[in-house]
Amino acid sequence: MREAIEELLADYAEAIDDGKIESWPAFFTEDGVYQIITRESHDAGMPIGILYCDSRGMMEDRVRALRTANIYEPHAYRHLLGRPRIERQGAGFDVRANFCVFRIAQDGDTVTFATGRYLDRVVDDGGALRFKARRVVLDSRRVDILLVLPL
Amino acid sequence: MDVPVARDLGSDLAWPAGGVSRVPFRLFSDPEIYAEEQKRLFRGPIWNFLCLETEIPNPGDWRLATVGEVPVVVTRDEHGTIHAMVNRCAHKGALVCLQDRGNAKALTCVYHSWSYDLAGQLQSVAFRHGLRGKGGMPEDFEPSQHRLEPLRVETFCGLVFGTFSDATVPVEDFLGATHAKMIRRNLGRPLRLLGMHSQIIHNNWKLYAENVRDSYHATLLHTFYTTFKVNRLDMDGGMLLSDDGRHSISYAKRGTLQQADEYRQVHSAQYDSALAAPQLLDSWPEFEDGITHCIQTVFPTLVVQLTLNSLAVRFYTPRGLDRTELFWIYLGYQDDDEQQTRMRTMQGNLTGAAGLVSLEDGCINEFVQRGTRGSEDRNAFLEMGGRDVASSDGSRATETGIRGFWQGYRELMGL
Repeated sequence: MREAIEELLADYAEAIDDGKIESWPAFFTEDGVYQIITRESHDAGMPIGILYCDSRGMMEDRVRALRTANIYEPHAYRHLLGRPRIERQGAGFDVRANFCVFRIAQDGDTVTFATGRYLDRVVDDGGALRFKARRVVLDSRRVDILLVLPL
Repeated sequence: MDVPVARDLGSDLAWPAGGVSRVPFRLFSDPEIYAEEQKRLFRGPIWNFLCLETEIPNPGDWRLATVGEVPVVVTRDEHGTIHAMVNRCAHKGALVCLQDRGNAKALTCVYHSWSYDLAGQLQSVAFRHGLRGKGGMPEDFEPSQHRLEPLRVETFCGLVFGTFSDATVPVEDFLGATHAKMIRRNLGRPLRLLGMHSQIIHNNWKLYAENVRDSYHATLLHTFYTTFKVNRLDMDGGMLLSDDGRHSISYAKRGTLQQADEYRQVHSAQYDSALAAPQLLDSWPEFEDGITHCIQTVFPTLVVQLTLNSLAVRFYTPRGLDRTELFWIYLGYQDDDEQQTRMRTMQGNLTGAAGLVSLEDGCINEFVQRGTRGSEDRNAFLEMGGRDVASSDGSRATETGIRGFWQGYRELMGL
């Protein structure tokens, strides 16, 4: 099972890094929750982070917005993932993994854009492992320029 | 404190003919002007936003802030009184408080253990009388003569303001009646913190001050606003300026939309797909005046936002000539129910660093910063809505709010 979960995490990162953002919502269950929040707000138990989706539909809206509505300079990410910690809980798994995301701008400028932890709930969704919840807890309170591609 | 007049910037930088409808690009990239702003503007007769009262609810709580680049600590003392001081030890100048926030009975500098009470008065000095009768401070050393440099503090609707100047008028007079009333409308009830984060934007702080007063750009750059009819210029709305022009309120009434043909020609209206998850925009009418979108600026660096039910305080602080930190503090009211908190949380997606509406502002000001490089002798052209500084009730196709900012800026800077 560890191998299958590690594959899910790697596939997710690879899809985003390769620019296949359209495939991002399919990593979640239909009612999946995706949130990006600062460590400060997470620790304080506050509900509003930086981005919040509570369904695949909301994620699809995000993808459509970033492809057709939002305006920003082109850039790409490169995810580096730490070895996940996996705990079986009920019918699914609680998974935690450290990440580091670099942002590569069109002029070649490469910066450490985000570090933090994924706090995941992974379930078997009709034969495929998917995120029931993925909470991205950022170590830093601040975002450089803007955040438009999912982490 | 008197504002030192080091030199006459006016003779060095002649403001172009055309008054505030022209803005020299040099103002965004000249280090000398940046240095003068720290003295004339941020230490001038204005109120600087420091923090929210609800961030320091208990005696002994403290919170760091900045006024311009000056590090400031805001405290609540044992009697509940709020104080603000420069976070700089009266001894060697080291930072006294290091953590972003905390709670303490006294503020003690880590360098040589000089200790201050919560009002900033020096209480004790380590080894004041030396050790074993040797060393120590001179006989005439008097702790009461030393303290952390104070700011005057006033609070208004949960907002804590500080000023270095004795000449600053009370906050309500500083705001003016219209602006005080709108803040009371939006923040005049006990507040609850719902979340916070910040953004580093790579531009001079004044470009954001312009941007947030720019009702002309809002529905052109921010496609999401237009498409989902959150904010459009063909809704009833307007731009209300304070009498001195420095503060602005851009407002709209969503229920009054009458789609104008002019929108057919702009990019922002070409994106017409429906939301797959329309619950993003679930909202309830919170006020009877019909205003559903309100961006209020308070000179120089504060913004109060209520878009649908997304209530937030934004403020921005210079971190260098072309670097600014933009803070987002999301709020609700203490008597919100669960469903209301949920709607505010969903609408939190509209603004902030990843805001469906606002994320473009993270880069657009940088585009101006970069676009004006090497053009320091040229000017921006700001004639939308005329050349004067006046409220524009009925239309937000205007740059009057930006001109109002520059009017205030010129007065304070002597330009």
